[in-house]
Amino acid sequence: MNHTESIRPRLERIQQRSLYAGIAGLAICVLGVFIDREQFFRSYLLGYIYVLGIPLGALGITMLHNLTGGSWGYSIRRILESAVKTIPLMAALFVPIVFGLHSIYIWTDQNLVGHDELLQHKSPYLNVPFFLIRVAIYFAVWFGVSYLLVGKMRRVEAAGGPADDRGVQNFSAIGLLAFFLTATFAAFDWMMSLEPHWFSTIYGVMIIVGQVLSMFALSIAVLAVLTGWNPDLREKIRESYFHDLGNLLFAFTMLWAYLSLSQFLIIWSANLPEEVTWYVQRSTGGWGVIPIILVAFHFLAPFFLLLMRKTKRNPSTLAAVALVVLVMRYVDDYWLIAPSFHPLGIHLSWLDIVAPIGIGGIWLWMFIGQLKKETSLIPLNAPFLTEAPKHD
Amino acid sequence: MAEFHSPEALVEAASRARDAGYRCMDAYSPFPVEPLDDIIEKRGPYLPLLVLIGGAVGAVAGYALQYYVSVIYYPLNVGGRPYNSWPSFIPITFETMILFASLTAVFGMLGLNRLPQPYHPVFNVRRFAMASNDRFFLCIEAVDPKFNTGETHKFLEGLSPDHVSVVQH
Repeated sequence: MNHTESIRPRLERIQQRSLYAGIAGLAICVLGVFIDREQFFRSYLLGYIYVLGIPLGALGITMLHNLTGGSWGYSIRRILESAVKTIPLMAALFVPIVFGLHSIYIWTDQNLVGHDELLQHKSPYLNVPFFLIRVAIYFAVWFGVSYLLVGKMRRVEAAGGPADDRGVQNFSAIGLLAFFLTATFAAFDWMMSLEPHWFSTIYGVMIIVGQVLSMFALSIAVLAVLTGWNPDLREKIRESYFHDLGNLLFAFTMLWAYLSLSQFLIIWSANLPEEVTWYVQRSTGGWGVIPIILVAFHFLAPFFLLLMRKTKRNPSTLAAVALVVLVMRYVDDYWLIAPSFHPLGIHLSWLDIVAPIGIGGIWLWMFIGQLKKETSLIPLNAPFLTEAPKHD
Repeated sequence: MAEFHSPEALVEAASRARDAGYRCMDAYSPFPVEPLDDIIEKRGPYLPLLVLIGGAVGAVAGYALQYYVSVIYYPLNVGGRPYNSWPSFIPITFETMILFASLTAVFGMLGLNRLPQPYHPVFNVRRFAMASNDRFFLCIEAVDPKFNTGETHKFLEGLSPDHVSVVQH
């Protein structure tokens, strides 16, 4: 059965608009290089980190689902696969950051490191050549794992194999380990090293859970749109799937809050100068507004809305909650990254808005391009979706 | 009370009984049958509300306990931190909220269902024992305003059940 045939014109229209938005956004960013070179690179990093979270989250969820099973995963399998396939694009979009290292990371400044004993001790790790080698390793692992994983899954599916194929499971277990390690160190390198004196061991997990949350939110929104367009798909993906996905969005919202609070609680309790300054900087000079927004809309609002059964069983209300989460993911990344550059007070550059639109637009263009190549939007070997709904 | 041999037949019968205007009815089956949730009238949205209140009480009680202990009853200066150290009170506040909410859910459910209940009239029908095995029952209760022994019996017969029995009570 061909799901994409009937919705192709609509997918193509959105894809084209994304491309226009992406090109326009990036073109304005290029203009920004001439106006404020430093701010351009900093905003670009922020936009890049935000968008990168989506395909990385997809990679994590796909492998996690291969290990745990559960019918919820098959309903978004094609969306996850399409997102995972955009990792090469994200590797290409990393290039501008390589040229802007000196505008972004203060540990690249030899003069400053020469006067700072702590940074001298960190320089065997934090130096430009090793940083670039690690970038290459991360992308090699992410691309290698995603390429082999999707290939393996599609081969098993095409051969009529079971959804819980042993080979795919084994590969996912190793892949998940490799993904977790690389994504943790990428978070340390690209985000935590913005303030090279500060450190937190929970940081990597916190970032990965945020990425997974981004992808869950996007999957729900995309699935709601696709099932709204295609009655055939609507019949297969019933309310109970949205209910399950809503529960997962709820669980990861709580996990994100739990990890964010854990980091804060430990640093707040210890109250050590080299640690607590990170939070002081992020709660004074106007920055303090953002944690209040995060607690209210990244945690409390989705928490109470997703407690209710009605929200989770209605695709459009669930998608609305998911979109709020998706916007809040950006606010969270903004709060983690931007205060490092503007310690004196809250600062929102127009480039902070344009950069994610540019990168996100290009990303969406490629994501929809991958999605529309699929003939069937549900996997052929999904055990629960292909059967008629009997014996609930 | 009508007896069926498949969950689909039970769902079909329940929705037809609902269309016919019956409201006070209950279905019995060996495992949860999801569509029935929307067909059979529930006795009001009390439980979710109770759980919400339970959770709120738990959160307030958890915070109040910590506040009372560390601010009023035994103030202790720990590393110069304020007595009312709200960040470190959050985990326990959250835990007591969950504890109170889940206890309210369990006991509220039992209370609203009037459980444990040593006697229920449906057990007067011997065949009902199979409700925990492979039979599905739909029972229209005598308190229903539309209930009439003769007519309701005829109506249930019309649903093509395996068997119809009258529950003595």
